[in-house]
Amino acid sequence: MPCEYLRERLHGYLDDELDAVGSAEFERHLQSCPQCSAAFRAERELRTALAQAQLYERAPVSLRRAVQEQTGPRHATSAALAAPGTNWKWLAIAATILLAVAGGFLTRNALRNRTPAPEFASAAIDAHLRSLQQGHLADVESTDQHTVKPWFDGRVDFAPKVADFSAQGFPLLGGRLDVLNGKTVAALVYGRRKHVVNVFVAQHGALGAEGGAGEIQGYRWLAWRADGFDYVAVTDASAGDLDELRSLVAKQ
Amino acid sequence: MLEAQERERFEACVLPHLDAAFNLARWLLRDRRDAEDVAQEAMLRAYRFFHTYRAGDARAWLLQIVRNCCYDWLHKNRPADLQQELQEESLVSKELSPEDLALANQDRSRLVKALETLAPHFREFLVLRELEGCSYKEIAAITSRPIGSVMSGLARARQQLREALMGQEQTGKVARRAL
Repeated sequence: MPCEYLRERLHGYLDDELDAVGSAEFERHLQSCPQCSAAFRAERELRTALAQAQLYERAPVSLRRAVQEQTGPRHATSAALAAPGTNWKWLAIAATILLAVAGGFLTRNALRNRTPAPEFASAAIDAHLRSLQQGHLADVESTDQHTVKPWFDGRVDFAPKVADFSAQGFPLLGGRLDVLNGKTVAALVYGRRKHVVNVFVAQHGALGAEGGAGEIQGYRWLAWRADGFDYVAVTDASAGDLDELRSLVAKQ
Repeated sequence: MLEAQERERFEACVLPHLDAAFNLARWLLRDRRDAEDVAQEAMLRAYRFFHTYRAGDARAWLLQIVRNCCYDWLHKNRPADLQQELQEESLVSKELSPEDLALANQDRSRLVKALETLAPHFREFLVLRELEGCSYKEIAAITSRPIGSVMSGLARARQQLREALMGQEQTGKVARRAL
């Protein structure tokens, strides 16, 4: 039965896993078979529903910390220091490890961040991590800029620009209030494939944020100033994604 | 110094996939707290056996470890979850009616519930494909299945998800399959 045979291939087609011949064959079949094309539409809808429900659950901060503790350089150091007895042998071992660890640190920092991360960037990354906890991402969940923008009225003493960039691959997911370095800021939440981008917006000068970019523990940040606002964007997507989002924000 | 380099390589290759590790564990175990414990154990296992990882798809390598840890855990703590498979295997898929197909606009909680009624061996297909965005090849590698079986597995899993969602729609009946 060709239809039954193709019914399974529908999934290969949906997942973009058929070869060129296979997908051409399937497309021809779709045009002639209303049942299969209805089934295909339904599968696509189910996929959209799954994507929109945002079922992906990110690692809690406590897990991230625990893993870093157990595998990171800090662990090695504290283990050596906590070793029993304060005899010279242990101290010598600890010192050796410390040197090795410091060496690792220095090389890594030299490779990743040419300058140490400014305070506002660390604060923004902390806020980003907090936001990824379940239920913390958005105070107002909406893909509609006309819902998100007025939500900030009366909550912050400035009017952030809010725009949805779904067409460019950055769907607006919502907005929330956040606090960076003791200042209340507007946080705009965008999706980028499976990743989340937080764009923190504050009045010019409020964050002490200079322009700049960097990476801390796998999270990238990008800061810039425009139209009287300071922006800091944070994500675990790529630095290129942040650049792209910045130019979209600038163009609106 | 070699150890520090190795650690740095682990940090660069494996740590970025911590979210993926947690997400898979959360969906296989259906519980965030259990997932946190098992994902942590899996990360440690990955760290210890990092010397066996040479190059290639670090995410798939890690997720394979996470999956093994999850099934070990289920085996020990919730064997009933794994029993489910036998019942699922005997299900005969039926022809889809137009009503069956109209399942758009599902809210999150209904999808979560429906997804959690699937047997882990089917649920993982959907989690890896729809949530994690894995290719068939990656899914085959992570789940240690032949690549040819991934498409049919996904077809079955989607069909089951659809049936679970339909089951929720039927009011007053115990429509969902008994666990």
